[in-house]
Amino acid sequence: MTNYLLDGGVLPEGKKAQVLVADGKIAAIDSVVSHPGAASARRIDVSGCIILPGLVDLHTHMREPGREDSETVESGSRAAAKGGFTAVSAMANTFPVADTAGVVEQVYALGQASGLCDVFPIGAVTQGLAGHALAELGAMADSKARVRVFSDDGNCVFDPIVMRRALEYVKKFNGVIAQHAQDPQLSKDGQMNEGLISSQLGLKGWPSVAEESIIARDVLLADHVQSRVHICHVTTAGGVDIIRWAKARGIQVSAEVTPHHLLLTDDLAMSYDPIYKVNPPLRTQKDVMALREGLADGTIDIVATDHAPHSAESKECEWQVAAFGMLGLETALSIVQATMIDTALMTWSDLVVRMSTAPAQIGGYSDHGQSLRVGSSAHLAIVNPNQSWKVDRDLVLSRSRNTPYHGMDLPGSVVATFFRGVPTVLDSQLVRTSNDN
Amino acid sequence: MRHLLSTTDLSYSQAITILDTAQEMARISEGPVKKLPTLRGRTIVNLFFEDSTRTRISFEAAAKRLSADVINFSAKGSSTSKGESLKDTAQTLQAMGADAVIIRHSASGAAQRLASSHWTSGSVINAGDGTHEHPTQALLDAYTIRKHLRVGTSDLRGLTVAIVGDILHSRVARSNVHLLTLLGAQVILVAPPTLLPVGAQTWPVQISYDLDSVLPLVDAVMMLRVQQERMNDFFFPTAREYSHYYGLNADRLKLMKPNAIIMHPGPMNRGLEITAECADSARSVILEQVTNGVSVRMAVLYLLLAGAPNGIGELSQ
Repeated sequence: MTNYLLDGGVLPEGKKAQVLVADGKIAAIDSVVSHPGAASARRIDVSGCIILPGLVDLHTHMREPGREDSETVESGSRAAAKGGFTAVSAMANTFPVADTAGVVEQVYALGQASGLCDVFPIGAVTQGLAGHALAELGAMADSKARVRVFSDDGNCVFDPIVMRRALEYVKKFNGVIAQHAQDPQLSKDGQMNEGLISSQLGLKGWPSVAEESIIARDVLLADHVQSRVHICHVTTAGGVDIIRWAKARGIQVSAEVTPHHLLLTDDLAMSYDPIYKVNPPLRTQKDVMALREGLADGTIDIVATDHAPHSAESKECEWQVAAFGMLGLETALSIVQATMIDTALMTWSDLVVRMSTAPAQIGGYSDHGQSLRVGSSAHLAIVNPNQSWKVDRDLVLSRSRNTPYHGMDLPGSVVATFFRGVPTVLDSQLVRTSNDN
Repeated sequence: MRHLLSTTDLSYSQAITILDTAQEMARISEGPVKKLPTLRGRTIVNLFFEDSTRTRISFEAAAKRLSADVINFSAKGSSTSKGESLKDTAQTLQAMGADAVIIRHSASGAAQRLASSHWTSGSVINAGDGTHEHPTQALLDAYTIRKHLRVGTSDLRGLTVAIVGDILHSRVARSNVHLLTLLGAQVILVAPPTLLPVGAQTWPVQISYDLDSVLPLVDAVMMLRVQQERMNDFFFPTAREYSHYYGLNADRLKLMKPNAIIMHPGPMNRGLEITAECADSARSVILEQVTNGVSVRMAVLYLLLAGAPNGIGELSQ
């Protein structure tokens, strides 16, 4: 195994440091020359770059099994590595649904085989995501995939008694229910945020209250049964308020926001271009500002991509028949830098918490999100904050091209990614790993 | 302008030009030879993803009176029903050399999608897209109002028009709000609160829940069709109650100014939003709207395809 000496970079808090990577671990920081592994190490010049712990995504659609035309675990892992991620969480809404030990073990094994990042399967809460009967949560938790996060994402666990039981049941193995908060009745056939723009465009509205009413219900349920709940992709100012209130009460709630909801707003739908069609929908500027504030003050614990690849034909059509979702892995760090760091709302240390430490904690991914110190697993993302880049949908590593950022100049380039001490990205290019065929 | 997708795309002078041109077209339609050679050799496609016989034949008559070749393409299976996609259909029409595509579609934005894609290079005319817009309907409504109530002037300043009924789902209402206010009319939307879009109070209109208090104020009342499917979606308790509060009937007719007109974009639900006595009364201009529709659509086709080089510009006659 090659040792690597990262030279010329700074740690998240801004301190200059040399970092020696050996045997999958951080072998030395600063006092590298005295380390026996330093002499043989390959030196990587990371001048001007910040060395971060590898990013962890708690919400990723890898589409495998079932929709390998839009993404596979392998292609999604490439996109993840390119974006600085060393762990992703594969959502359960595949075909078949990841609602049995067999499917989650398959997805986990595919991730191990790709070797570009850890792929932690998320198990379905209910059988077939249908919302009626609990999936075998215990079997998935006990499987080789060791599932701890359960979600019917794409669907809301709407039946309150099903939600209550799920919250209670996963306490047995310290699991967490990640709720896609969407009242299906209030948002029936919803196409975009309900507001001035939807009224003008004649597109059916998906109102904020459909999200907020479920968040409110579920924090109260989590309080009642003393379990923990995670709220997926919060998009509304009211949702942030409810979570802030719940945390103040001591309720065990965590929450995520996507990069796109930190940047994009519902007026983009005026083009009727379904590249901007996403669930939950893009909201208003007021919501965007509340989400940024919530992420900055910790009300929202983490950024999660909700990376949702879709084939060209499911976006090259009328808005109302197009699929919901947009790519996110390769642009997440840049969008968070643009919206949170370049706006002085957060520091790089805060970003490490929101995009690495906290998501790893919520998911129970103990090998990830470790602070940069000697002995930690060498999962690293090295970013040059001063190097901007132009998004080109034809150059993405995902198998799909549905990025809403095509043509935009974004700040911050992921220069290198290390997964368990092995570079998966160097010079901003994917490195073929030993696991590749 | 190359396309007509929304009345919001029209400037005041463009709107007036269309109405004035329609007036010329009406004169021709009333003459012994109802035909102009203007669009000879041009191909116009009626691309209808949604059944609407009346709109289709209106456009067809308009195109034929301008000597265009008309192809009716009834795309039964839209991509919603797993048939051919909009893209493939559009590219097929492009390959056949369509100069203009008149599109009717159940999806809001379908016309704009077609116009902003590279799937077709012809002009796109929106003949109704979902619950978004139906610009030629608004133009024919404005034309009809002007013809009846504004003899000798060009716009609708000083007039009050009520649009009554299912504003939420109405493309006719959206197109009319923009166009009628652009032309100087005061618009009052009358509906139960459930059938008004979120944020309608920010539109340049007045809003009322009470038809009886509005009727004495208006010069024209436009009744909207109440779709059958709204009945089962809690928008109002029963058809009877809807009719009671928002239907135009003989008693309400008496509240209106003597010269006020009754309009309806059709097809009507007689007995629901409008009674037969009103629909067939002397104040009703509903059939005239149909006639005027042909003239207005002739004007739009003429201006987009044969008028100024850049589409709807100044009238070059």
